[in-house]
Amino acid sequence: MSVVFVLVFAAIIMAGAFLIAFIWSVKNGQYEDTYTPSVRMLFDDPEVKSDTEKEKSRSDQSQLAEKNEKKKSRSDQSQLIEKRFWKRSRQSR
Amino acid sequence: MLILTYPENQLPDPELMIDDLKCIHCGNSCGKSPVIFEGNPFCCSGCSTVYQILNASQLKQYYQIEPMAGIKIDETQLPASETYSFLDLDQFKSKILNFSEGGISKVSFFIPEIHCASCIWLLENLHSLNKGIIQSFVNFPKKEINITFNENEISLRQLVNLLVSIHYIPEINQHSIDKKSTDQSDKKLFIKIGIAGFSFMNAMIYHFPQYLPGNEFLEADMKKLFGWLSVLLAIPVLFYSASDYFLTAYKSLKKKMISIDLPIALGLITLFTQSLVEILSGKGIGYIDSLTGLVFFMLIGRWYQGKTYQALSFERDYKTYFPLAVTKITDSGNVTIPLEDLKSGDQILVRNQEIVPADSILKSATASIDYSFVTGESMPVTKKAGDSVFAGGRQIGSAIELTIEKEVQQSYLTQLWNQVENPLTAENKLNTIVNRVSQYFTVVIVLIAIGSGIFWYFNKPELALFAFTSVLIIACPCALALTVPFTFGSTMRQYGRKGFYLKNTAVIEHLYKVDTVVFDKTGTITNAQSSDIRFVGKELTSEQLLIIKSLAFHSSHPLSKTIFNFIEGDEILEVKDFQEIPSLGISALVNGIRINMGSKYFVTGEMSKEENLKTEVWIYFKDEVVGHFQLENEYRPGLGELIRKLQKTHELHLLTGDNDAEKANLIQFFGKDKSLHFNQSPTDKLNYIKKLQQEGRKVLMIGDGLNDAGALNESNVGIVIADNVFNFSPACDAILQSKQFGKLDKFIQFTHRSMTVVKAGFLISFLYNVVGLSFAVQGNLTPIVAAILMPISSVSVVAFASFSIHLSAKQMLRE
Repeated sequence: MSVVFVLVFAAIIMAGAFLIAFIWSVKNGQYEDTYTPSVRMLFDDPEVKSDTEKEKSRSDQSQLAEKNEKKKSRSDQSQLIEKRFWKRSRQSR
Repeated sequence: MLILTYPENQLPDPELMIDDLKCIHCGNSCGKSPVIFEGNPFCCSGCSTVYQILNASQLKQYYQIEPMAGIKIDETQLPASETYSFLDLDQFKSKILNFSEGGISKVSFFIPEIHCASCIWLLENLHSLNKGIIQSFVNFPKKEINITFNENEISLRQLVNLLVSIHYIPEINQHSIDKKSTDQSDKKLFIKIGIAGFSFMNAMIYHFPQYLPGNEFLEADMKKLFGWLSVLLAIPVLFYSASDYFLTAYKSLKKKMISIDLPIALGLITLFTQSLVEILSGKGIGYIDSLTGLVFFMLIGRWYQGKTYQALSFERDYKTYFPLAVTKITDSGNVTIPLEDLKSGDQILVRNQEIVPADSILKSATASIDYSFVTGESMPVTKKAGDSVFAGGRQIGSAIELTIEKEVQQSYLTQLWNQVENPLTAENKLNTIVNRVSQYFTVVIVLIAIGSGIFWYFNKPELALFAFTSVLIIACPCALALTVPFTFGSTMRQYGRKGFYLKNTAVIEHLYKVDTVVFDKTGTITNAQSSDIRFVGKELTSEQLLIIKSLAFHSSHPLSKTIFNFIEGDEILEVKDFQEIPSLGISALVNGIRINMGSKYFVTGEMSKEENLKTEVWIYFKDEVVGHFQLENEYRPGLGELIRKLQKTHELHLLTGDNDAEKANLIQFFGKDKSLHFNQSPTDKLNYIKKLQQEGRKVLMIGDGLNDAGALNESNVGIVIADNVFNFSPACDAILQSKQFGKLDKFIQFTHRSMTVVKAGFLISFLYNVVGLSFAVQGNLTPIVAAILMPISSVSVVAFASFSIHLSAKQMLRE
């Protein structure tokens, strides 16, 4: 039964840690405004607009590269699906 | 920057010309002549200016988050940029700034206009408008913005002007400075609840094994450990979380009063000592779980009751209304001085939209003073050089010069405010229903405790002390103490949902006791916003009407706007040689015909002899005076029905500063003229309330302006009617949204329902007490009985109060 002693103290230390966290959050002002953060988190980040043409073209290039990569992965995927399809049809035959 | 307006230019997109065009900034109808910018319609140039500012800084998302969320403020109503010149002075800056070091400053403003997600988004993106702003955070429930900015790049004054330019006008006054250091009590209560909850949950775990069958097999060490841990947990609850109950019990005892806190404190002390004795003697584990649970529930009740409307202010005095600084005219130029340094004889400058801070004499030729905050009268009053201007008026139009007659403290309104201190509040606090009940309760419980103690002393002496303490423990009026907070707290929330905001829950009980209702007239039972217009004079032809409309279109004066909207028709004629003479009128050539429009003096050359309180706009057409428009305030819809209903249960009175021109109309509503009082000064109103109270009446005063402030404060319940509840209103007990005026009788009636619920809640808690006491007097109270009975009684009373109020509100307060 001595394990209960350990458990009791472990439990009270854990609960105490949460109590301290609660007191800290109250003192930190987290309960002062319970509405605004719920709205704030839904705002989109501002669109990053580059100032110079150079940066713009660079970002365009990177976008293009990204697109190509996506295309590539898409074609990879479709190939994979085709392969699986033929494999399965062969098996069923 | 080119703004195209309809009469001069063709609209870019004819499809936009549907009848009900909405301003994309504020959503108001654009009327017949929208302002067009980049193909978007606006109702006025003010709205389009804000759009342009946001457009230039890539902040157009403002219009996407919530469509048409903008704030409409007419350009003429925006405060002048010089209004905030006092913010450049160090003495004000240091008071207003929360923090300032090395050029980085922090400031927080109360902005009543904050109302939606778009507002939050825009105000938190202020840094896009000016690089000097480092960070801005909005607290929506408080309608407050906290800004961190670099003073080297943007000064405090520029910051305020920036906010004004996008129509978020911050409130800067004495009140906002004083308020800085409050709001700590809420945090303390949260921590107290947290600690009580922590101890309650853990103590329950330690007590639980005792309540199960087979607990006698529990090791003695374990019992001891659980007991000691429980005591440790109880100490912070007793000495920190529950400290308020002991303090108030002690305070009221010192005043020889018995409040609800006394039996609570008594119960808590006996619970703790009894538990301590049992644990020390190794007899049992005590009642610590009940003790901590009680405190936890009661603190939650306190929190529920204490929740208030953060953005509303019920405590405003004249200081909130007046500016912090005024512009004094000296030989060496204009200087900004603090309001309290203003002396009689000083010359001051009051600009457009600024408040006259003290009773003074007008030096400029004319002034147009808006007393709507003072009297509720929406139309500005014209003053001429040499006239006295009372403090509290707002100048509309160009800047005027004034000579101060009396210092701020001696001014009429200020004095009225200072002489009244609500004497009722202190006394009433102790006279609440719960304290009346608890007086009997405490006496009865102590008697029962002593009685059962004596009984057992002669029969079974070893049980005597235990029976005595058991009675005190089980009779701890926790359920009793929870009934009122939860019933009234729910009532207040239901009211809030319907547009009736109470200062605190105590107002409900006062409202219940009210037997007399006193109304103010202008702005209270009449609608300050819309007016009845009629024309007195020769009949006008449609061509003449069109000409008048065209002329009115060119003026931004509120009267011109009212007339413009009053005359039907789409067409607008070309206007030549337009002149606006401030505070007097307007003049122009339309279709080659000379037309003058404005005050009687301006049009006819005669002064109005009698003090006519009706607003008139005179018209001079071609070569003769054709007549005048007469504007009367119209009564609020639903007034007749409201009065008929209230008359059955309450005595009604009407006090007004106006003359008795409206008497015939008012008698129709009120039935008899005995209770109608005309030409009442603010002091008369105050004295009238006092007189009624001396007759033993409980008075409800309903008003709207500063001239009612004294009466509102003196009355048992003062209700202020407001179109926008966040804007300025005089100190009061409750704020009623003007749209809900017709429901006032239902609100008053609902207090009776709340009282019934409170009484039923008391009955329930008494029943629990009877059950508990039957255990206690027999000396049978075990920890398990206490641990079951006490939380159940609390929870069931709370559930009963909240649900019945919710259901009653659905039934009684629905549309």
